[in-house]
Amino acid sequence: MRNAFIEELTLLAEEDDKIFLIVGDLGYGVIENFEKRFPNQFLNAGVAEQNMMGMAAGLASAGYKVYVYSIGNFPVFRCLEQIRNDICYERLDVSIVSIGAGLSYGTLGYSHHAIHDIGVMSALPGMTIYSPADPIETRRALRESASLQTPKYFRLGKSGEPEIFNKTLTEFPNWTELTNGNDLLVLTTGAITNEAIEAAAVLKNLGIEIAVVAIPVLKPLAFDRDLVRRFNNVLVLEEHSESGGLGNIISEKLALNGLKTNLVKLGLPDQVLDELGSQKYLRHHFKLDAVGIAEKVKQMLGN
Amino acid sequence: MVGNDIFETKTGVLLVTSLSKQVAIEARKSALKMTFASKASHIGSSLSMIDILSVIATGVELSPNGKLGDELIISKGHAAAGAYAVLAHSGYIPLSLLDSYSMDGSTLGGHVTSTHVPVINLSTGSLGHGLPFSVGRALAKKRLGIQGHSFVILSDGECDEGSNWEAALLTSHLELENLSVVVDRNFLQSLKSTEETVRLEPLAEKWLAFNWDVATVDGHSHEELHKAIFRNSNKPRITIANTVKGYGVSFMENSVPWHYKSPSLEELVRALSEIGFSQ
Repeated sequence: MRNAFIEELTLLAEEDDKIFLIVGDLGYGVIENFEKRFPNQFLNAGVAEQNMMGMAAGLASAGYKVYVYSIGNFPVFRCLEQIRNDICYERLDVSIVSIGAGLSYGTLGYSHHAIHDIGVMSALPGMTIYSPADPIETRRALRESASLQTPKYFRLGKSGEPEIFNKTLTEFPNWTELTNGNDLLVLTTGAITNEAIEAAAVLKNLGIEIAVVAIPVLKPLAFDRDLVRRFNNVLVLEEHSESGGLGNIISEKLALNGLKTNLVKLGLPDQVLDELGSQKYLRHHFKLDAVGIAEKVKQMLGN
Repeated sequence: MVGNDIFETKTGVLLVTSLSKQVAIEARKSALKMTFASKASHIGSSLSMIDILSVIATGVELSPNGKLGDELIISKGHAAAGAYAVLAHSGYIPLSLLDSYSMDGSTLGGHVTSTHVPVINLSTGSLGHGLPFSVGRALAKKRLGIQGHSFVILSDGECDEGSNWEAALLTSHLELENLSVVVDRNFLQSLKSTEETVRLEPLAEKWLAFNWDVATVDGHSHEELHKAIFRNSNKPRITIANTVKGYGVSFMENSVPWHYKSPSLEELVRALSEIGFSQ
């Protein structure tokens, strides 16, 4: 997804000399071409996230369209007050781009597990949260949001995510059913969508047909009431803490829309995670992989 | 920046500083009345900063928010009463607005906002935000080839914040010669002196080591402030303005409680009678 991001940003910069990319001393092997092509629209801010985010706000207030690129929790937590006070308070056009959503940096430890960002970013007024599921949706999110002159957060996977969407997406950011089924609805977001699609294939062989929907924009949420009300059972899958994540957002929507749908959350436990390992390993460990999802669905359907 | 051109002649500097001194006297009176009427605080910090801000506000034509040029960022946003008073007496906001300071439904709150004050580029209130933001503004002007200087007012207690030192590193690295900081060095912070709290000295040497152009002046001498703030340099500049918290009102000077208190009617009358005489 990071390559899709930088390639699309490069295309945008070709059309707009007010695009400015700041990196927090990260992006080796990703950002060099952008820097070479647009040296006047690029800066490495060093290992100093507070200053980086405040400076991004200053540049945006001077008319630039600023993208701040970093990884994991660094562009969220270290500089949260700068995001709240300098960017959101001033209603500025700054896009915060975090690579390595969820457990992408699984072996690097809990410091690098980006699993609380949805909760934190959702609390900020005027913040639009993009959480694309694959490289195609990443490009789409970046392009569609370019005209939006308000704070944005991009929650992106690291690399190697398979393409899920075909290149002719339905209207962004509408909800798209990636698999067909009426037995149960899986609502998910981000790169873990792929696990849900695999689970759907496994379940189909057992005669269970589930619909999988990946939600690309978490805030503001374009809740598709008509789609959800077709189902008695909804499973919310996310590579994020069960506290403050998509599960909470959806449960609130169900309640406010008067839907009595049975809701189960499948995310990471609300605790410090000491487990280490690859993203694949950790997804399996926490039962967020295709096997775990299929098990949870069967449980919900009483099979 | 016009400040330095005006400074070129002796008559010029006298003219300009007589104007800034007049603004400062009126601003002190207004700030005292505002904190009395609203029962709001930070009069000590306001009195400390008023001379610095008066010199900047009268020395250059501050560009309105959204326009790049000579611009003001007040990082010590809690000195709002003093800031609004100076900006009103130097013609940037209506004088009549001052009566509403910190009142219910007012547009002038206890920390400066860009939303309601046309020449304050960043709403502040949490310390350590003004300088990083100004680095962005100054960098934008440099990249876009636009003239103009960013003037940032920091408190000395605010120098505890690490974000300032992150910004200090990058500012000199980027050779932003269009950025000037003034530190309101009154040696007092929220509970005790800065040196008892977290020692800042040697402060000038710290900024020198970060490769800034450093000047230290009497922060209540308009001539010294004018000369220092508008000096030429090919580096980012910092002026350490040695000030007295609560300056101009004998019983508020160097007093921690006046960081928080607002004057009673009797104290207001006494304070107003003292304003102007110490200058």
